[in-house]
Amino acid sequence: MAASRDDIKFLSNPNIGQQRKKYCRFRKFGIKYIDYKDADFLLQFVNDQGKVLPRRITGNSLKYQRRVATAVKRARHLAFMPYLTDLLK
Amino acid sequence: MRNYEVTFIVDPVLSGDEIKATAQKYVDQLQGSGASIVNVDEMGLRQLAYEINKRHTGYYYCVEFQSETTGYLSSLELNMRRDERLLRFLTIALDKYGVKYNADKRAGLIGKTKKKTKGGADMNTPAAAAAPAPKPKIVKAQPAQPDNLKRIEGIGPKIAEVLKTSGIDSFAKLSTMTPDQIKDLLNQAGDRFSFQDPTTWPAQAELAAQGEWDKLKKWQDELKGGKVVTAASKDEEE
Repeated sequence: MAASRDDIKFLSNPNIGQQRKKYCRFRKFGIKYIDYKDADFLLQFVNDQGKVLPRRITGNSLKYQRRVATAVKRARHLAFMPYLTDLLK
Repeated sequence: MRNYEVTFIVDPVLSGDEIKATAQKYVDQLQGSGASIVNVDEMGLRQLAYEINKRHTGYYYCVEFQSETTGYLSSLELNMRRDERLLRFLTIALDKYGVKYNADKRAGLIGKTKKKTKGGADMNTPAAAAAPAPKPKIVKAQPAQPDNLKRIEGIGPKIAEVLKTSGIDSFAKLSTMTPDQIKDLLNQAGDRFSFQDPTTWPAQAELAAQGEWDKLKKWQDELKGGKVVTAASKDEEE
């Protein structure tokens, strides 16, 4: 195949792998309250050891990341979620 | 008017009556202090995420109440702390969104989270009322979709494309054609396809259309590149 200008463009395309934009799901869907009793929902924000995931992974805004963290901590206090485990997921 | 929510865990080893009596005691104490009870949620016996006082389950209660004054809260908590029948308790002040959330939850407007969400963008728990509806379920059986003609030995991705563009997109259709017709099609499509031998393709397609995958596989093991090993070519090998 002849090396055309299109090929060159494709090989050094900077947009590869930059597709999905991360967003705060609470902002986007207008969710204002995070229930600490809903362990299934909070599992999304916790890794498989039970630790709270950082904001750069979950994509949350600062305000909601803090709320998520307090919800997880309350859930832990009330034994809806563990403090530390293995193979949570 | 302030809204509060207290969640507490009663020791499960007590008898059912004792558990209910314990919970009732605190409800009465709240009412006696001038709070109006919004809701008492008896969440029932649940598995604890870790053991508390050597117990693995607990009887959960969640009481939502509201009042103008707040003085009684500390004495309520003190009583809970002293009570040996309670394993844990937690009192929370609810903001207006929390109140609304609880009200919606009681009205059934909030659906359950799905365990595995698609693509990470679906939000199901609080999304029933607010957010757009989740994607429709993908139908398992897709009769309208074309069959995967590559299952037939001798048909690769390029030839499958050629067949599709000329209108043959299912095993049933392929089985009705004669090898010569197929050969004509291939010749029209290009020179590179002229050496392909479609003799067995209609027969393979018929098996596939009927769903006889076992028979097809057995036969394909005997075929080499889709060609039947005839007596003539065997002679040539010798």
